[in-house]
Amino acid sequence: MATVSVRQYHRGGFSFENCKRNALLEADINKLGFSSPAARKTGTTICGVVYKDGVVLGADTRATEGMVVADKNCSKIHYISPNVYCCGAGTAADTEMTTQIISSNLELHSLSTGRLPRVATANRMLKQMLFRYQGYIGAALVLGGVDSTGPQLYSIYPHGSTDKLPYVTMGSGSLAAMAVFEDRYKPNMEEEEAKRLVRDAIAAGIFNDLGSGSNIDLCVITKGKVDYLRPHDVANKKGVREDKINGRPETGNYRYKHGTTGVLTKAVTPLNLEVVEESVQTMDTS
Amino acid sequence: MNTRGLRSQLKDSVPVTGLCPQAGPYGVQDSLRRGFSSVKNELLPSHPLELSEKNFQLNQDKMNFNTLRNIQGLHAPLKLQMEYRAARQIQRLPFLPSSNLALDTLRGTDDSIGFEDILNDPVLSEIMGDPHIMTEYKLGVL
Repeated sequence: MATVSVRQYHRGGFSFENCKRNALLEADINKLGFSSPAARKTGTTICGVVYKDGVVLGADTRATEGMVVADKNCSKIHYISPNVYCCGAGTAADTEMTTQIISSNLELHSLSTGRLPRVATANRMLKQMLFRYQGYIGAALVLGGVDSTGPQLYSIYPHGSTDKLPYVTMGSGSLAAMAVFEDRYKPNMEEEEAKRLVRDAIAAGIFNDLGSGSNIDLCVITKGKVDYLRPHDVANKKGVREDKINGRPETGNYRYKHGTTGVLTKAVTPLNLEVVEESVQTMDTS
Repeated sequence: MNTRGLRSQLKDSVPVTGLCPQAGPYGVQDSLRRGFSSVKNELLPSHPLELSEKNFQLNQDKMNFNTLRNIQGLHAPLKLQMEYRAARQIQRLPFLPSSNLALDTLRGTDDSIGFEDILNDPVLSEIMGDPHIMTEYKLGVL
């Protein structure tokens, strides 16, 4: 083990040792014309809506890495506590780690207070952490849950600002999803109606945004019950062509149906062959 | 405890607000991590968050003590800071890691998890302090 003369003991947390080196490398790589690897983002559509008895959260399931799909079925709805779930958009690792840390902290906090955690607590913890890192942690979150004060829904931006609203969307497909919400949202909807609305909003994001795709996940949170529907709807089925008539895919099939060409005459001539000689040669398989 | 020892404790407990010099672990220029040495490199932080993260705990404490002073009067932060100073002195040998349990309990960080518990855990650190130099520094001889 190397020994070092240090004045203070080595502390945990983020280490900025390699930042200068990385900046130099970046400059050199750009001079040569290459580009440095991009972090995996979730390029997403996530949304949430408050209905009569609780909250419905929805998300798509595609994770992109630059222009390539990195994960066709990733899970974007993260568990925070039994009554609070959080959808994450932005850098995939950041949303994953942030929600896990807040989940652990909330669990410790609820053990210490002896009560079910509140959504506002999770919101406050997330916003303080994201503000501390000044937006360098790229996590845009939709936090929803039901607690003793009722169903609540928050949207949290990477720099640490939050909004408490009845319906929110985030991610690259947020405008498409918000268009659906603005058209059809009503306060105090029933559960089926809310689920259909969220499903349609996410579908709008999937079909109109390149960064979103694959399936639709839903999470319905009510007082005392959580329904995690994964997948709720498979919007894009892989390998199945759209039109299928009579069990045969119509597109790309150039075989003619039986009876297309009319038969005029038919003559069958059997060929009689006699066996002259039969010999067996064994193969050398040693 | 002799006063000189206390003085060195004081030096330890106030983090430097500037940046470390270019010297790496062995005292030589660490080109791999910090790049080529230049005055600009030494004066400017390598990342906008570096300074704020280095002083984060200190700034939090300052803010909290100020609020406490405004609410309850000077005696409250004074008493708390005395307790902090006492708790900070509960350490092992100078070059060995300490759990800082008393300090954590006072600060309230014993029931919360942050990046300092997950990333770069000091328990898994690959370098350790040189016993002689650390002891000399702690005792104020160096």
